[in-house]
Amino acid sequence: MPRPYEKIMKTSLSRLLGILSILLFIPLWELIVRASNLPKFILPSPMDVWTRFLKSLNDGSLLYHTSITFFEVLLGLLAGTLFATIVGYMLAKSKTLEKILSPYLVASQAIPVVAIAPLLVIWLGDGILSKVVICALIVFFPVLINTIVGVRAVSSPLYDLMNSLGANRLQILLKLEIPASLPVLLGGLRIGATLSVIGAIVGELVSADRGLGFLLQLGDFQYDTSMVFVAVFMLIALALLLYGMVTLLERRFLRWMK
Amino acid sequence: MFDSRFTGFGIRELGIGKPMSKKTALSVKDLSVVFDDENNSIHALENISFNIRAREFVCFLGPSGSGKTTLLRLIANLIKPTTGEVNFMFGHPPKIGMVFQQPNLMPWRSVLDNIKLPLELENDVHAHEKALDMIRLVGLTGFEDSLPRDLSGGMAQRVGLARGLIHDPDLLLLDEPFASLDALTRERMWTELSNIWQAKQKTVIMVTHSINESLFLADRVFVLTQRPGKIKLDMPVDLPRPRKDDIRYTSQFGKLAKKLRSAIE
Repeated sequence: MPRPYEKIMKTSLSRLLGILSILLFIPLWELIVRASNLPKFILPSPMDVWTRFLKSLNDGSLLYHTSITFFEVLLGLLAGTLFATIVGYMLAKSKTLEKILSPYLVASQAIPVVAIAPLLVIWLGDGILSKVVICALIVFFPVLINTIVGVRAVSSPLYDLMNSLGANRLQILLKLEIPASLPVLLGGLRIGATLSVIGAIVGELVSADRGLGFLLQLGDFQYDTSMVFVAVFMLIALALLLYGMVTLLERRFLRWMK
Repeated sequence: MFDSRFTGFGIRELGIGKPMSKKTALSVKDLSVVFDDENNSIHALENISFNIRAREFVCFLGPSGSGKTTLLRLIANLIKPTTGEVNFMFGHPPKIGMVFQQPNLMPWRSVLDNIKLPLELENDVHAHEKALDMIRLVGLTGFEDSLPRDLSGGMAQRVGLARGLIHDPDLLLLDEPFASLDALTRERMWTELSNIWQAKQKTVIMVTHSINESLFLADRVFVLTQRPGKIKLDMPVDLPRPRKDDIRYTSQFGKLAKKLRSAIE
């Protein structure tokens, strides 16, 4: 085992490399812009994007559109996760139910969300609801699979323990099944969180009058490519934020695994 | 409490000198278990009948595949018998404490929280204090907040034992609890279990394949045959208590061991 200071050195070194790679990216980008001499509406320079970012930040439009998308993503993630864990738990517990439902579940995965997004917008309107549903759908499958795997992996001697103590169904769920399957469940949530951002954008690109997807399209239509870049970076930030939130949950609840 | 200076006094205080209760705690009648596989059926146990008195320490001794664990699972109501019945004379349903072959701890719970679990299920408000007392009894003071992965095999099994006892069960079931430990730790655990049993005065059923273990701990030893498991011998162990390590070198111990050895095929 490495000594403590070696460990600190190692982690700070790897963190430094991460920052360095991001810092190198910007001059490289600037260099490409200057060398290629492309017009601004095809490839804006880092400075153009930064100026555009500050402008949209100052007029409040960026925060408005970002918060709309964030709200859709969060709501969709919550709804999808809730629904997927409930269905996943039932499927993990009942082989019969799994046999009945699995053809539908697999078929639903064969359809790309992009293909049914227009339908959902037609049925549910072009407001926030249709985006939330698209997010929930895209989050559903990975969380469902991980729930099934997690619940099925709960050790059977621990079930024996709970049963020998006369535990009821709710106690088994709260004190055994949830904590035991949490590592796998949070793994599913980690995948779902990033997918959820994609879901919201797909929905907004189909039809919307607000959100980052809308901003992206607006920038595209107006040849405001700097704006497109700003929207893309905001999406990356959003995905990183959600990813970080799941990581925080893991730190909080999976301390025993480290 | 188990300091040798006080043993003589302590025994009377704890009522250990008292003769064992004549009251039956558990009666098992004509128990048979058949496991049905897809194309064949396995007779695990056949025509098992016995009575166990309150506060008796009983061992089931048998080779692997004699259905020892199956018997324990039946008594714990984890599986149902094919025929026959298990009747408890106390508590409906009876409170059961079970200690498994592997420590079977929840890896996400600390030592203290693992021990507390049975009390949590009963919503006992004094769970914390009782768990701390139990930790002292099994000699794990200082490890309250340790996680199972940081414990040695012996320590983990002590946590299992403490968890099996904390809710003051009517019946303690031990499923080869020391089988996975090294010989030295195992023998130390025998003494500790013996001391704890004398202090707590529980009805105990233990399954094992160790003759020494059964003679060191039990009031009565049943020998089971190979599958299908049947009771071949029901032998009282009239060795004095408290039993110390050197009891294994007495002639009485040797005689009983020989009797058990010849009963096991």
